[in-house]
Formats: sequence, C-alpha cells, structure tokens
Amino acid sequence: MTSILCQQLCKTFEQGGSLIKGLDHVDLSIEPGEFVCLSGPSGSGKTTLLNALGGLDTPDQGEITIGDQRIDQLSKKQLAHLRLQKIGFVFQAFNLVPVLSARENVEFVMQLQGIDKAERRQRSDTILAEVGLAGLEQRRPAQLSGGQQQRVAVARAIVSNPVLVLADEPTANLDSNSASQLMDLFQQLNQKRGITFVIATHDQRVMSYCRRLIRMQDGRIVSDETQPGKIALQSEGVAPQEQAL
Amino acid sequence: MKQLQTLSTLAWRNLWRNYRRTLIMTSAIALGVWAMIFMTAMLRGMMADMITQGVNNLPGHIQLHHPEYRADPSIVNRFAPPGDELLEQLNQADIKSWSARVRVPAVIASERASRGVNLIGVDPAEPLPLDGNLLKDGRSLETESDRGLIMGAKLAERLETRLGKRVVLMSQDPDNNVVDRGFRVVGIFESELSATEENQVYAGRATLQKMLRMDQKISELVILTEEQRLLQPTVERLAQSAPHLEVLPWYELDRFLGTSVETFDGFSMVFIVVIFLALSFGLVNTLVMAIFERTREIGLMQALGMTPASICVQILLEAMMLLLIGLLVGNALVLLSLHSIKDGLDISGVAEGMALMGAGSVLKPALHTLDVIRANGVVLVLGIVACALPAWQASRLDPITTMNHT
Ligand SMILES: Nc1ncnc2c1ncn2[C@@H]1O[C@H](COP(=O)(O)OP(=O)(O)O)[C@@H](O)[C@H]1O
Ligand SMILES: [Mg+2]
Repeated sequence: MTSILCQQLCKTFEQGGSLIKGLDHVDLSIEPGEFVCLSGPSGSGKTTLLNALGGLDTPDQGEITIGDQRIDQLSKKQLAHLRLQKIGFVFQAFNLVPVLSARENVEFVMQLQGIDKAERRQRSDTILAEVGLAGLEQRRPAQLSGGQQQRVAVARAIVSNPVLVLADEPTANLDSNSASQLMDLFQQLNQKRGITFVIATHDQRVMSYCRRLIRMQDGRIVSDETQPGKIALQSEGVAPQEQAL
Repeated sequence: MKQLQTLSTLAWRNLWRNYRRTLIMTSAIALGVWAMIFMTAMLRGMMADMITQGVNNLPGHIQLHHPEYRADPSIVNRFAPPGDELLEQLNQADIKSWSARVRVPAVIASERASRGVNLIGVDPAEPLPLDGNLLKDGRSLETESDRGLIMGAKLAERLETRLGKRVVLMSQDPDNNVVDRGFRVVGIFESELSATEENQVYAGRATLQKMLRMDQKISELVILTEEQRLLQPTVERLAQSAPHLEVLPWYELDRFLGTSVETFDGFSMVFIVVIFLALSFGLVNTLVMAIFERTREIGLMQALGMTPASICVQILLEAMMLLLIGLLVGNALVLLSLHSIKDGLDISGVAEGMALMGAGSVLKPALHTLDVIRANGVVLVLGIVACALPAWQASRLDPITTMNHT
C-alpha cells in the first residue's frame, strides 16, 4: 500500500497585487487506508492542498511523494497520467460529463486507461450497484438527484482502484440526508476496500465521520488529531492489508 | 489511438447538445457548399457554352495561317495545304478533325446592290462547312466543286436577292488582277450573330481556288480538338511541324472571349473564398461558444486525466463532424438541384446581355469532379484549420481555475 508524504509545501498566489499564502510550509503524512478530514474556514488552503496532492497543481516549493514517486516536479502530461492511474476525485459539483450516462461516466476513466469494453461494463455495473445505483446506469446526470450524481462520482473515483481518493467539499451541495448517505458510503468503502480518503470540508457532520481531523488556517496546519473513538469503528472493518491481497 | 472512439462519442453527443445551433450551422455549411459547387457548375456551363459558340464562329479551337494573314487577310497571304509532316500531327488523338479553307475579301453584287463580304471556300465533307450557322433555306454545298453559293438571311435582304437568284462575286487573284464569277444562291443561313449573317458567304473550295487562280493553296487551316481549354501542348506541337505558319488557339484569336473565360475562372475562385470566409467565421464562432459553455466539463475531463491533446482532438472531431454533415447535405443539394435542371436552365428572360458575350439562352450546368473536390476540400481542410485555434485554446484551459468557476 502507498503512503503519502508532504514536506514543506508552499504555494503562493497573487491576487490584486498582494501575495496570498495558499500553502505555508505544510508537512503531512498519510498512511494507507486512512480516512482523513481536512477542515478549516473558507480560504484556509484546503482546496490548494488537495490540488497539490492530486497532481492538479504543482507547489512552488516542497516535496510530495506518493508511494515511491515524487510528484511535485512532474510535467503536465505526467500529471495527467498520474491522476488517471492513481487518484480518484470527487468534487463539490459538476462532477459528471453531462452528455454521458451514469455508466459511461464511470467507464470514462477506464476508457482513458484503455481497459477493454467487456471488463469496463462489468466493473462499472458492479461498482454502480455497490454505491446503490443499480438500475440507474442509463440515466444522464440531469436525470439524477444531486446525491445520486455524487454517488456516480464516487463510483468513478474508485472504479480503477486508485491509491488515494480526494474529495473537495463533496457534501456542500447536498441536503443533510443525502450528505450522511454519501459519508456512510465513503466510510464503508474505506473500511471494506481499504481505500485512502482525504476529504476537505467545513461541514461539522462530515468531520464527525473522520478518524483523523486536520485543521487548517491561512495555509498552515494548525491541528492534527486522531479521534480515539473512531479507531474502534475502523478496526471493525476488513484491514487494509487484507484487502490488498 | 485507443481513445478515438471515446472522443468521437463525446464529440458526437456534444454536437447534438445544442441541436438548434448545430442545425443552423450545418445548414449554413450545406448552403455554402451548395452555392460554391452549383454556381461553379453554372459558370462552367456558361463558359463551355461561350467557348463552343466562339469556336463555332471563329471557327475552330486552333487556326493556322500565313504569319501576315491576320494583319492582311487577302489572297496574297495564302499557303500550301498541309504536307506529310503536318498531316501526321493532324492525325494525333488530341485532334478531333480539321478543315482547309479559302477565305478572302470580296465584293458581292446583285442586280440591286453590292456589298463587301468575306468569301469563304469550304469542302462540305470537312467539319463546320457553315461554321456554327444553321441552314435555313435551300441546300448545303455538295462537293468542294459545287457552283452554288450560301449567304446569310440578312445579306440576302440587303442585296434584295433570294434563293435561286444569281449574284456576282468579285475579288483579286495573286497578281492583283480583278477576277469575278457568277454564282447561284443555293442556300440561306441564319446566325446568332447578325454581323455573320451580313458578312459571310460560303462557296466550294475548289470552285474558289479556280476562280482566284490560287491552285491548291488555302488561307487557313481550322482545327477542332478534343480538349477545350488546355491547348498549349497541341499548339506547340503544331507550330513545330509547321514553322512557316502562325498557330493560334481560340483564346488568342478571340481575345475578348479568352479574357472573359479567364475572368470567370478567377471569379469562381473568389466566390469560393468569400463563401468560405463567411462560413469559417460562423464555424469558429459556433465552436468558441460551444467551448465557452463547456469550460467546466473540459476542466473536469482534464482533472480526471484526459490529456490536453485529447481535448484538442475531441473538439476538432466535433468540428469535423459538423463540417462533414454540412458537406454531405450540401453535395446532396447540388446533385438534386443539378438533376432538376439537367436539361438546362432557360435564361432567355435575362439572356440578352449574355448573348452578347456569346452564351446561349439555355444554360446547361457543367459539373466537374475537380470543382466538387476543390469546394469540399477547401471547406473541410480550411474549416478544420480555422478551428485549430479554439481547439488548442480549449486544451490549454487550466482544470483548477475552470472547475473553481462555479
Ligand atoms: N488560482 C488562485 N488564484 C489566486 N488565489 C487563489 C487561487 N486559488 C486559491 N487562492 C487563494 O488561496 C487561498 C486558499 O484557497 P483555497 O485553497 O481554495 O481555500 P479553501 O479551499 O480552504 O476554501 C485563498 O485565499 C484563495 O483566495
Ligand atoms: Mg475549497
């Protein structure tokens, strides 16, 4: 399994002539199978950190290592390849390609990876059933509810067995019922499959699902706590190591 | 490229997302291509018609003369009929037929009036014995020794003579002696050009050669070729085997016709370019709008790991599909509209000006494969080139900024 390591990450933005520290010397290490919540007020640098971890953006300074690969200096093309092969994304909104059905959205990544048709179909239908969308495979995003759309996004994020799933405010556009269903799903996937999740949020309910809670402010990590109560929950599931076999 | 199928699916679906815009754009392309090809076919038809008329009146695609003849078309500037070397060239495949003619100025007189005319001696066995004119009354010449004369209806009117009457023709022999001979009017012809009807008279070639004491000599060699436009190689070949003669194609014999045809050629190219510019403007605009509406998805696809090159290809595919549909419909329209006027379009209502330029009153379109390929090629290739910039810009969109702009 792959661990994630960040050292002295810095990212500065220029906005209206003044410099903003999106990331200010961030050190972070995440073990395989962790379920991490990144919290903090709006503008604290959560998205910037996720983008750096996911290879959507490159830091100005510092190192990011995923497994044994340094990703902070990769070219655009190499980053695209990294995202395709190793990272699953769930964004706040507009996660899906509108002209593709739920099934096609899930298959999209696999198509880019060059997986053949039969296997794509089989894997996408299995995973859609797993996230509770059996029977809705043919629907286009516009014909799905917000919660269902996010589930399709989750299915797509995990379908090609990424080492890391990054979710940026995944519940921000959902009602509380759909939000907790989505968080249940995340937790279940984390426990059953041992997928590493990093979820950025400022939603209190979301934070309550997480074992490890990292708080950010002004581009810095201000606290990093592992909540003891959640360990039990985690250990009830299948251990990540077993899943890997 | 393994992803081509995925990209095509995306391109195709995106195309029909805003189907109204797509329909408008494909109709515009179809209409544009239709206009390009149809107008070119009409122009080509008109030009072919003009050339045919011109070649009938000259006559011939190529004429051979004594080098001085055009400056002084008199009996002095005559030449011997083609010898073996030239005859061999005249038998080549690119030459359809040829005729040797006598053509001298003469005075024609009836009991009532006299006029200056062009006296033309022909062998009726050879092509175009009356040039492009139609026999209206009486008979044609039967042999080159025929003693009859054929004149235009208008000339007959001027001379107050008619079929069966006798007229006298007067000209010079090579030694500047005046020679004359009586002819019976055996035929009356009609011409589209009134000048021809008034000025040309036709008699047997041998009869004239005897009357003018010019032995077997002739004034001009008239050649009809298989090809209408590309005559330069033939002209050069003939000039080589007849170095003492002037060899000229129709477009140099009739400069006005030559330049008219050239102008039309240029015009059709300008026409194609103008239509294309209008089209490409619309096309690029459509594409830019489509991309603008889709920035977020493009960002998403990039975030998921689609490479910028694939984004670019996807958008170019979309443009290509749009173009291909338009071209398909446009070409179908061309076939349909040309089929509906395959017997020619009657333009007699507006044809008076055209007749001046030598075109007939029924316009037959002429569809050239090369014109079709050219119009389609211009639209497809340049269309895609025009879309390259927006496609490239789309591929440069930054996933983070586009995704943040909610
Ligand atoms: N592309 C950008 N250009 C300029 N400033 C940016 C950009 N992205 C983020 N920032 C700034 O960086 C800071 C951190 O932003 P972000 O990581 O999006 O915060 P969060 O996700 O926690 O709300 C904010 O002050 C934001 O304005
Ligand atoms: Mg954010």
